[in-house]
Parts: sequence; structure tokens; C-alpha cells
Amino acid sequence: MNVQQNLFYVFSSLAILAGSMVVISKNPVRAVLFLVLTFFLTAGLWILLEAEFLAVTLVLVYVGAVMVLFLFVVMMLDIELASVREGFAHYLPLGLCGSVLVIISLIYAIGPAQFGLNVVELPLSHSIDYSHVKELGTLLYTRFLYPFELAGILLLVAIIAAISITFRDKKESKSPQPNQQILVRKEDRVRLLKMDTWKKNL
Amino acid sequence: MIALSDYLTFSAILFGLGVAGIFINRKNVIILLMCIELILLSVSTNFVAFSRYLNDMNGQIFVFFILTVAAAESAIGLAILVVMFRRKKTINVEDLDSLKG
Repeated sequence: MNVQQNLFYVFSSLAILAGSMVVISKNPVRAVLFLVLTFFLTAGLWILLEAEFLAVTLVLVYVGAVMVLFLFVVMMLDIELASVREGFAHYLPLGLCGSVLVIISLIYAIGPAQFGLNVVELPLSHSIDYSHVKELGTLLYTRFLYPFELAGILLLVAIIAAISITFRDKKESKSPQPNQQILVRKEDRVRLLKMDTWKKNL
Repeated sequence: MIALSDYLTFSAILFGLGVAGIFINRKNVIILLMCIELILLSVSTNFVAFSRYLNDMNGQIFVFFILTVAAAESAIGLAILVVMFRRKKTINVEDLDSLKG
């Protein structure tokens, strides 16, 4: 057992534990916090896979932005816990059976017989001057430039959609009203003046 | 030595937990959204592990895009949730039956 293997087992077992606490915890705030813990531990696993930039992005984007948004919404909404919890025991056996079936069939399909060390050998670790960011950036800005720009547009659309969904129209809002705008006639806005011409004394 | 199948097993268990959460928490839309995040995380872990063991960076680019789409998805999902709570005063999935004939 070397250090990497120990770290793998610690990270993965704790992540699975935290993930199951997300599912079964009573309080949504605690569920969000356990999900944050799951993201941190999985970022550790990604660092073991030598994908440092993606691990940092996972922590920054997910823990820093998305999970804080979740926490914000959970704390803002006034949810009575009792009504949320009813039916939990009713669906528990079905959920457990379904997920155990999924996990067993997946492990049967992807177990050591298919993807073990003697089938897919351990890759060489990168040299010390290897830059993951450089590698990823080169690929992203050359071969995947078009999808990258599409992702940017997708984020823009998401911003506009989220704002327009939650925007509450107020009475004192300054937003234009097209149905009033098209009723305007020229006489309402433009006043033609008659002025005498005069010459400026130089 | 950590085999590829170890990472795949880990993400399969995480995926199963997410599916179980969707089955069990049928009442709370927020927990449903969080379970979707859990499933996306497990799939991303699969991509990173395959990209490392097959020595192909394209998988990690894919994870990058998954992160983008997941961020957009959760932002819009939470916006819909807030509007829904404002109108209906509930986030219970079973109260959302106005489309039922």
C-alpha cells in the first residue's frame, strides 16, 4: 500500500459516505453541506488522476458558486420539514433495491475483469515540468474553439433565462411598454417652430 | 496500485446513490436537483479516469463542458424553483399536478 492508494481509499470511502448522507439527511441545509464535502473529496480524487486544473475548477465553480446558490435558495425558502419528509420510509425499499441493482450490474460490467490492472495498465506519471493547464488550454483553444464559444453562449443564455424567470415586474419599473410606444403620433413629440432668419454680426 | 476499475466502481456507487436519492426523496425538489449534481459528478469522474488511463486529453475537455452545462442547469433549475415557491408556496413534487388531466 503506497501513499496514493491510501489516499484513494480514504477519499473514495469518505465521498461515498458523504454522498449517502446527502440522500438520507433530514435537513436540506445539511444535505447541501454534505454535497459540498462530496465535491471536495472528489476533487481530491481528480488530483490523484493528475487532472489538477479540473479539480480546482470543480472546487471553485461547484463549491464556490453552485453550492452557495443552493445554500442560498434552501435558506431563503421556508420549507416545513415534516411535509417534505413524509413518504420517505414508503419509497426507501424501492429506492434501495433499484440503486443496489444498478450498482451491482454496473460493477459486473466494469469490474476488474474488464478494466483491471492487467487489462488497462497503469499510465506513467507525468514529468515534473508537465503543465496540465497548458495541455488543456492548447486543446481547448485550437481543436475545441467552436464548442468553447458555444459554451460561453450557453452561459449567457442561462444568465438571461434565470434573470427573466425570476424578475418581478414592479409598478415603478422603467421598462418600455411597446403597446404604448406604437400609439405615439408625431404631433405629441415634435413641435415645429417658425423663426426669423438673422445674420450674425462678425 | 490503483486500477481503472477502482475509479469506475467508485463512480458507479456514487451514481447509484444519486439514483436512490431521486427514488427516495420524491417530495423535495431541491434534493432532487442535488441528486442530479451527484450523478453528473460521478459521470465526470468516469471521464477523467478514462482520459488518464487511456492517455487521451479529450475526455477532460468533455468534463469541462459538463461543468458548464451543469452550472447553467442548476442556475435555471433554482430560478424555476424560486418562482414555483413564490406562486404555489410549496416545493412538494406531488402538489405540482396542474397539468394532470
